[in-house]
Amino acid sequence: MTLSEESAQAPSVVVEDLPDSVEVATEEGRRMAAQLHDKQPHAKRLLEVRNLTTQFFTREGVVHAVDEVSFDLDYGETLGLVGESGCGKSVTALSLVRLVPSPPGRIVSGQIIFDGVDILKLSNAEMRLMRGKKIGFIFQDPMTSLNPTLPIGFQISESAKLHLNLSRRAADDRAVELLSKVGIPRARDRMKDYPHQFSGGMRQRVMIAIALACDPMLLLADEPTTALDVTIQAQILDLIRSLSEEFGTAVILITHDLGIAAGMCHRVNVMYAGRIAETGLVDDVFEHARHPYSWGLMDSLPRLTDARSARLRTIEGLPPDLLDPGPECRFSPRCHYVTDRCRTAEPELSSREGEGHLARCFGTEPGGWIA
Amino acid sequence: MLTFIAQRVALSFLVLIGVVFVVFAVARILPGDPCVAALQERANPETCADFNARFGLDEPLPVQFGIFVSDLIHGDLGESIRYGRPISEMLIERMPVTIELTLLAMLWATTVGITLGVISATRRNSATDVGTMIGANIGVSTPVFVLGLLLIYLFAIVLKDTPFALPPGGRLTSGLVIVPLATSWGLEDLAGIPRVVIDFISNMYLVNSLITGQWEIFGDAFVHLLLPALALGTIPLALIARMTRSSLLEVLGLDYIRTARAKGLANRAVVMRHGLRNAILPVVTVVGLSLGALLSGAVLTETVFGLTGLGKTITDAILGRDYPVIQALTLITAMIYLVINLLVDISYAFLDPRIRVQ
Repeated sequence: MTLSEESAQAPSVVVEDLPDSVEVATEEGRRMAAQLHDKQPHAKRLLEVRNLTTQFFTREGVVHAVDEVSFDLDYGETLGLVGESGCGKSVTALSLVRLVPSPPGRIVSGQIIFDGVDILKLSNAEMRLMRGKKIGFIFQDPMTSLNPTLPIGFQISESAKLHLNLSRRAADDRAVELLSKVGIPRARDRMKDYPHQFSGGMRQRVMIAIALACDPMLLLADEPTTALDVTIQAQILDLIRSLSEEFGTAVILITHDLGIAAGMCHRVNVMYAGRIAETGLVDDVFEHARHPYSWGLMDSLPRLTDARSARLRTIEGLPPDLLDPGPECRFSPRCHYVTDRCRTAEPELSSREGEGHLARCFGTEPGGWIA
Repeated sequence: MLTFIAQRVALSFLVLIGVVFVVFAVARILPGDPCVAALQERANPETCADFNARFGLDEPLPVQFGIFVSDLIHGDLGESIRYGRPISEMLIERMPVTIELTLLAMLWATTVGITLGVISATRRNSATDVGTMIGANIGVSTPVFVLGLLLIYLFAIVLKDTPFALPPGGRLTSGLVIVPLATSWGLEDLAGIPRVVIDFISNMYLVNSLITGQWEIFGDAFVHLLLPALALGTIPLALIARMTRSSLLEVLGLDYIRTARAKGLANRAVVMRHGLRNAILPVVTVVGLSLGALLSGAVLTETVFGLTGLGKTITDAILGRDYPVIQALTLITAMIYLVINLLVDISYAFLDPRIRVQ
């Protein structure tokens, strides 16, 4: 995992050449906004995920992509899911909206309580009312995530028409409003344009507009800036943050970029091999990490003070084969602190210092051998 | 968009000029002597000299070409050597059958083909999918004349005297006569190009009977076209179904389909609005190519079902070394393809905005 210093600081960069988001103050728009902001909490927490297990049934065997993952998310909170490729971040997010490609994927067990509703017990039709309306999704690659043959105005207004019962006109007004909010100049003129007429960063803004079209309570952002260059990354992250604050939207931000997680999130889950390795408030996890994998991740960030000739630091080895993880600690083959105990059983998540700070490591448990 | 269309039209025109050269040359390159082919045992040096003089075949090739082009520009396709009739007259008689037959065949091939393809793709690996694709493979690999004869056997012989019986050939039940448009509209004195157009339409029995309200004729003509259209449309249908399926399956795996699902759209909207529109381009190509192929010569179907259309005409002309007819029909075939390709290109641009830009 590599990371550049610029993007590590990206979220705090103030982007000056962005047009101010323009309020389109139509009467209908205002009424709609009032309607939209009906976000009365129905539960103590927005999201409670319990023992979520998602597997892929392939010819080679069962891939344990997400294995007994549990976490909570408060209303309006921003949570980071970090980890290297293939550790189950995206599958976790897709599971939340039940869009895991099936076949071969299937949510095998667990509970996802969203705003008091058990997502996994909903019918398909009920689930569709959640997607787009209560949960918005931003995907990684804006170049391929928009339909090339439909005007972007249509693509934005589509879910507003569907979920908010808006007329075509009202939905169009809503789309224009969203487009200006995400910083697309001359929004009304650009409604009829097609995705290929936009740059990558602009397309990701459109994608954000689509995700926020119905003012969802939760925004899932799956590596929203990975496909963009660094300067655009900062703008997009800024936008996601300011809009989520404005709308009071909770965000789950998936990234392999620790700098982004540090700048954007209240809490982070560090995922490894389909499981949560460590979770806690951003400061606790970054300042007082209690899992060797988290140390490895942070250690592999290049620093400006490094000698130019210094090699990038990596975590040696590869993540385990998720076809057959075995009983041992999944990180043990790559861990510098490994002991025989780690090779015979996998530790549970247990409390560390700090609010909700948990780590899955025998070595850092009280009385463990890692200081 | 208009620029795009204008460019394509100009390009088609250039191709057409090339086609005129090639058509003239190819007819002359064919081995065999038109005089011998036309006069057969009566052919001898004297009769042939007369014959060649009459049809301008004694002129040097460049002169023949000059005459050919100048006639073309004046809308004169020439005269058939074998039948001694103007070719345009033959076309007015024979082309409408082929057009009606082809359009009906393609209508059934396209609607059913796309529907089956969509069903197969959305229920991948289900019994419906497997059944449809096995059927499509059989359809692609069954020769038209075999299918035609089987259909005749089934509908005209086995099911004879049942309500499902269908006529095995011809255009109308004998005894029925269709009134030409010129007569029904009292335009018998009309001449020139308007008359040609009216007679042409008049010979499309379905269109003629429909606009003049000759319902009995309409039903009869339609019933007569059913079996040949079924036979002719089967191969394109199978191609279209397979192309729709594979293209749609590919599109349904793309990122923007996931985006559409993440909006909470119902499966139907995802497949039809976001999937099919993107998947349809290769299908349009197949439809265009099939349409061209069918129009320019459904020889086997026409032969099996006893219809005299373009396919039969061009086969006869080639066998009889009927140069002017070969030239005219090749030219017309080329024009049909040009027009269809033009339409396919335009529909591409219509369906996919990215194509409009170039």
